[in-house]
Amino acid sequence: MSKRISATNAIGPKRSHLIIHLVLIVGSMLMVFPFFWEVSTSLKTYAESISVPPAIFPSSPVWKNYADVFLTLPFGAQFLNTVIMTVARTVGQVFFCSAAGYAFARLEFPGRNVIFIAFLSVLMVPSQLFLLSQFQLMQRFDLLNTVTALALPGIFSAFGTFLLRQFFMQLPADLDAAARLDGCNPFQVWWKVMLPLAKNGMLALGILTAIWSWNDLLWPLVVNNDPEKMTLSAGLSTLQGQFLTNFPVLMAGSFLASIPMIILFVVFQKNMLEGIASSGIKG
Amino acid sequence: MTSQLVPPVEQGQRRSMPLPRPGTKRRSLRHGDRYWAYLLIVPTAIGLTVFSIWPALQTFYFSFTKWGTFGGHEWTGFDNYTQVVHDPELLRSLWNTVIFSVMTLLGIPLSIGLAALLNTKGLRWVSVYRAVYFLPVVTMPAAIALVWKLIYNGDTGILNQFLAVFGIDGPHWLSDPATAIYAVGIVSIWSSLGYNMVLFIAGMQSIPGEFYEAASIDGAGTWRQFFGITMPLLTPTTFFVTVITVINALQAFDLVYLMVGKASPAIEESQTVVYLFYAKGILQGDGGYAAAIAFALLALILLITALQFRAQKRWVHYE
Repeated sequence: MSKRISATNAIGPKRSHLIIHLVLIVGSMLMVFPFFWEVSTSLKTYAESISVPPAIFPSSPVWKNYADVFLTLPFGAQFLNTVIMTVARTVGQVFFCSAAGYAFARLEFPGRNVIFIAFLSVLMVPSQLFLLSQFQLMQRFDLLNTVTALALPGIFSAFGTFLLRQFFMQLPADLDAAARLDGCNPFQVWWKVMLPLAKNGMLALGILTAIWSWNDLLWPLVVNNDPEKMTLSAGLSTLQGQFLTNFPVLMAGSFLASIPMIILFVVFQKNMLEGIASSGIKG
Repeated sequence: MTSQLVPPVEQGQRRSMPLPRPGTKRRSLRHGDRYWAYLLIVPTAIGLTVFSIWPALQTFYFSFTKWGTFGGHEWTGFDNYTQVVHDPELLRSLWNTVIFSVMTLLGIPLSIGLAALLNTKGLRWVSVYRAVYFLPVVTMPAAIALVWKLIYNGDTGILNQFLAVFGIDGPHWLSDPATAIYAVGIVSIWSSLGYNMVLFIAGMQSIPGEFYEAASIDGAGTWRQFFGITMPLLTPTTFFVTVITVINALQAFDLVYLMVGKASPAIEESQTVVYLFYAKGILQGDGGYAAAIAFALLALILLITALQFRAQKRWVHYE
């Protein structure tokens, strides 16, 4: 018996690994193909993009397609709107959610459970329930077609509060007591002792928030209809229904719009995947 | 060590503050805690009240009203809910949502298999594969939709040209009512595969290694180990992923809006419940009915999730 095991261990792994790699590589090609096709098409002429049989690669790359993106859409303005919205939501959420998360995790106060349950109920309700009323709210404050409207509701997050509360709860209990004995008030404990220790949690929340904000569609679509005030996501979506679509320019625009978050993901891969594995909840 | 946590400036300030009497210090600190706690919570609490809790309550009220063409609304009682139950368009959108949900659920076995492969001991390039499979999760749906529309294009798309090699005459995937929702479903599987994979890898890594050692001493091969150990012990993760996937699928909007869209002849046969909510509430200004649709959806989500929690006793193993 034990001989057989050692035998499979000696020969088995190499051959089975080869098969696994083969399966994973075929799968990877299916995953990557749309990205390859996007980039390849973005450098084709229009004729090449609709040719039969298909042109896999452009005969000579048409870089002008990337310049044309800025003529088809107010791409620069939309890029800037998306950046401002994403940064505002990310910074706001990380700051406010860590404050609230710390209070829920480490402080005792009357009404804590009731308020926490109210927060949790927001987490469980589909966001469509808020949409009509949020829109009216923006209308009433005369904020439609502003970048403020894009960012504002997304700054406050029950999910982020819950995620960071989990992080703060894992920290050792004596930390607060020690800092308190040194004369810190709860605010100082949070700011000086807890925040540096919850860095990983905040980074995970920040990256997740950044990516979800950047890619968000429904809210930006509803609240801003002036192309100059749209996000990239909404801007690209306005090109969907058009006849005679210029595929190469569309692909160039899609590529430019999605590349910042792909870079962010590649850089912070580890934090992001850990954040998802520990929270499991999708924005 | 603890004094290092407080910068010198703070200590200086502390000394200049009047010291409370020794006996009262503890109690006054505790009592003061609550104000600090409220201060820390108040921004998020106000934000969520204004932008989530109040809107949800207001939408609940809306669901009992009819909106006029020129603003204003009147109380109509349960009319909207009566309409929800009898509306063939909503029934159709519900059916589309079910098809879409079932399709995305098919992605779960696929991601379990993928996670199992990536969890192979000693396998190289795991982080590269993981990044590749995860890539669609971080990519903007608007961009994903555009490139898939190009691939699915009936006349010049690469998919139909590929199928033509085998003599298959592919349909106009996204404008044919018979195929549109399925075509969108495939993109949804493609884009959520990596997300589920990450959760399943984490689930697999939390299974203690001793189980596998014991099994291999008993002579169980890779397949026996997978079905005898991994699958049963992974069921809490599988349950969790299933619940989340269903909740998300029931709220599907982005891909249908982006890939099929309002101008398409296939939209009626492929619109999901949330798409219909958007069409009624935003495009057609019928906010009262849209609100009722949203609450019907909430009821559906709660019902299905509750059923799943009840059924979990039958198949989920907690240690």
